[in-house]
Amino acid sequence: METLLPLMVGTLFAVGMYFILHRHLFKVILGLILFGLATNLFLFVIGGLTRGGSAIISGEQQVATEPYADPVPQALLLTAIVIGFGIQAFSIVLIRRVYMTFKSNNVDDLNKENEHH
Amino acid sequence: MPSDLLLVLPLLLPLYGALLCLAFWQREQWQTVMAGIFQVAWLVAGMILLQRVLEAEVISTQVGNWPAPFGITLAADVLSALILVTAGVIGLAVYLFSLQGLDITRRRFGYYPLLLLLQMGVAGVCLTGDLFNLYVWFELLLICCFALLSLGGTKGQLEGTLKYVTINFLASGLLLTGIGIMYSLYGSLNLAELAMLVRQPEHPNLPLLSMVSVFFLAGFGIKAAIFPLFFWLPASYHTPPVAISAFIAGLLTKVGIYTLIRLFTLLFISDLGFMLPLMVVLAALTMLIGVIGAAAQTDFKKILSFHIISQIGYMLMGLAIYTPLALAGSVFFIVHNILVKTNLFLISGIVAQRYRTSSLKRLGGVYLQQPMLSVLFILSALSLAGTPPSSGFWGKLMLARAGLEAGEYVLVGVSLFVSIITLFSMTKIWNEVFWKPRPVSVRKGSLVTPVNPLRLWQLYLPVTMLLGVILLIGVYARPLVRISEQAAERLLHIEPYTDTVLSNKAVK
Repeated sequence: METLLPLMVGTLFAVGMYFILHRHLFKVILGLILFGLATNLFLFVIGGLTRGGSAIISGEQQVATEPYADPVPQALLLTAIVIGFGIQAFSIVLIRRVYMTFKSNNVDDLNKENEHH
Repeated sequence: MPSDLLLVLPLLLPLYGALLCLAFWQREQWQTVMAGIFQVAWLVAGMILLQRVLEAEVISTQVGNWPAPFGITLAADVLSALILVTAGVIGLAVYLFSLQGLDITRRRFGYYPLLLLLQMGVAGVCLTGDLFNLYVWFELLLICCFALLSLGGTKGQLEGTLKYVTINFLASGLLLTGIGIMYSLYGSLNLAELAMLVRQPEHPNLPLLSMVSVFFLAGFGIKAAIFPLFFWLPASYHTPPVAISAFIAGLLTKVGIYTLIRLFTLLFISDLGFMLPLMVVLAALTMLIGVIGAAAQTDFKKILSFHIISQIGYMLMGLAIYTPLALAGSVFFIVHNILVKTNLFLISGIVAQRYRTSSLKRLGGVYLQQPMLSVLFILSALSLAGTPPSSGFWGKLMLARAGLEAGEYVLVGVSLFVSIITLFSMTKIWNEVFWKPRPVSVRKGSLVTPVNPLRLWQLYLPVTMLLGVILLIGVYARPLVRISEQAAERLLHIEPYTDTVLSNKAVK
C-alpha cells in the first residue's frame, strides 16, 4: 500500500491537471473533481498509514496504545472533503449556467464571445 | 470588553447579519437596514480590537476552551486588526454605494448576506492562529467571492467566474498539500507552536521546510496575483457590477499578501537566503508587468485591474527586503492601497453607470458635466501614483528608503520607474474620460442617464468618505506610520505572539 498510494496520488494529480487544462467544459468538471481527490488522498497518505490501530483511549489508560493511526490528518481530510464537495457542487452549477448561456461546451467559444463586444 | 469577546465579535457579527438578511429573503428594504447596522457594528468591533492590540500587542483566545496547541486558536496582533479596520471602512463604503449603485434584483437575491459572509471570511483569515483553519477561512471567503462574482449571471460574469473558480481551486489544492506536508514534518498546525518548532536549529526536518514554503508561496501567490500567477485577475475583476468588484478588487489580493507576510515572518524563516532574492525578482516583475499591462488597456476598469497587480509588487517588495522599515512600509502600503483602489473602482462605477460604458474610447467630457467627480478622481489617482503629500507617497517613501538602506538599488529603481508609469496611466484615464470632449458618434446617441440630484449625492457620499480617509492618511501620516512600525516590530519579534497564544491555557 505504501508504494501504491503515492503512485496513485501522482497519477490523480496529473490526470486532474490535464483535464482542467482541457477545452471541453465537462472535462474541466472532471479535472476539478480528480484534482480535489488527489489532494485529499495526498493528505491521507502523508498523515501516515497505520492499520488496525484506532486512537480511542480505553477507560484506565491516559494515552492511546501504540501503534495508533493519527486522528488529526483524518479530521483534516473530512473537513477538506466537505469543503471540496461544496466548491465542486458550485462549479458544476456554474459550468451548467455557462453551457446554457453560451450554448457551447468549448472554453474557446467563451473568448470569441468576448471579442465581439 | 473582555478580549475573548473582542476576538470572536468580528466573526459573529457578519454571520448573524447574514443570517438575519436571509430571514428577510427578497424583502430588500429590511435586508438593507440589517446589513447597514451590521456593517457599522463590524467596523466598530474592528476599531475596538485595534485599540486593544495597540496597548496589549497580542491578544488570543481558545475557542471551545481546549488549551493551545490543541484547540481552535484565535489571535490578533496589530497587523491583523489594522487589516480588519481597513476592511471595515471599505465594507461600509461599498455598502453605502450599493444602495444606489446596484440594481434591485441583485440586492434582493443575496448581495448583502454574501457580502457579510465574505467579510466574515476575511476576519477569520486575519484572526486565526491555526494553519488549517487559515485554509478553511480562505475557502469560506472564496466561495462567497465566487457567488458574488457570478451574482446576476451575465455572460461576462460567468466567463470571469469560471476562470476565477478554476485557478483558485488549484491554489487551494496547493495550500492543502503544503499544510499536509507541514503537519507530517512537525506534527502541529498551531501557528504559534509551529513558530517555536521551526526555530529549533537541530530539528531533523528543517531542510525540508523550504519545500513547504514553495507550496505556500505558489498557493497564496495565485490568490495575491503575483507574477507569473496573475492572469486570472484582469480576466475576472472587471466583469461584475462595481459594487461587487470594488470590494473584491480592493481587499482580496491584499488578504493573500497579508497571509504571505504572516507566514514568511512566522514560519518560513529558515531559508530566507533563497526565498528573499526570489521574492525581490518576483516583486520587481509583478510591478513592471502589471503596469505595462495597464498601459495597453483601453477600459477604465481593466486599467485599474492591472494596477492592482502592479501595486501587489510594492507590497511584496516590503516582504522581500525584510527589514523593520520595509515591512512597515508594506503594511502602510496595504492599508493605503485597499482604500485607494476601492475608491477608484467606485468612481469608475459612477462613470459607467451614468454613461453606460467603461471604454475609454466611448467616454469623454465628464469634467464638464461632473466637476465634483473629476476632483474626487484626480485626488485618488494622484494618491495611487504616489505624488506627495498623498498616502501613496509615504508608503513608497518608506519602501524606497528601506530598499536603499538594504542595498536593493535595482528594485528601488524599478519601483520608482513603475510609479512614473502609474502616473502616466492615471493621466491617460484623466485625459480620455474627464478631459477630452465626448466622441461625436457617441454624443448623438445621447446615452447619458438623467441625473437625479439625491441619487448622485448618495453615490458621491461613500467616495467622498473614502477620499477623506485617504487624504487624512496623506496629510497626517504619522499615526498610521507609527502603527505600521509597531505591526512590523511584532512581525519580526514573535515572542509576544507565541507566549500569548501558548500560555493562554483553558480557563478552569
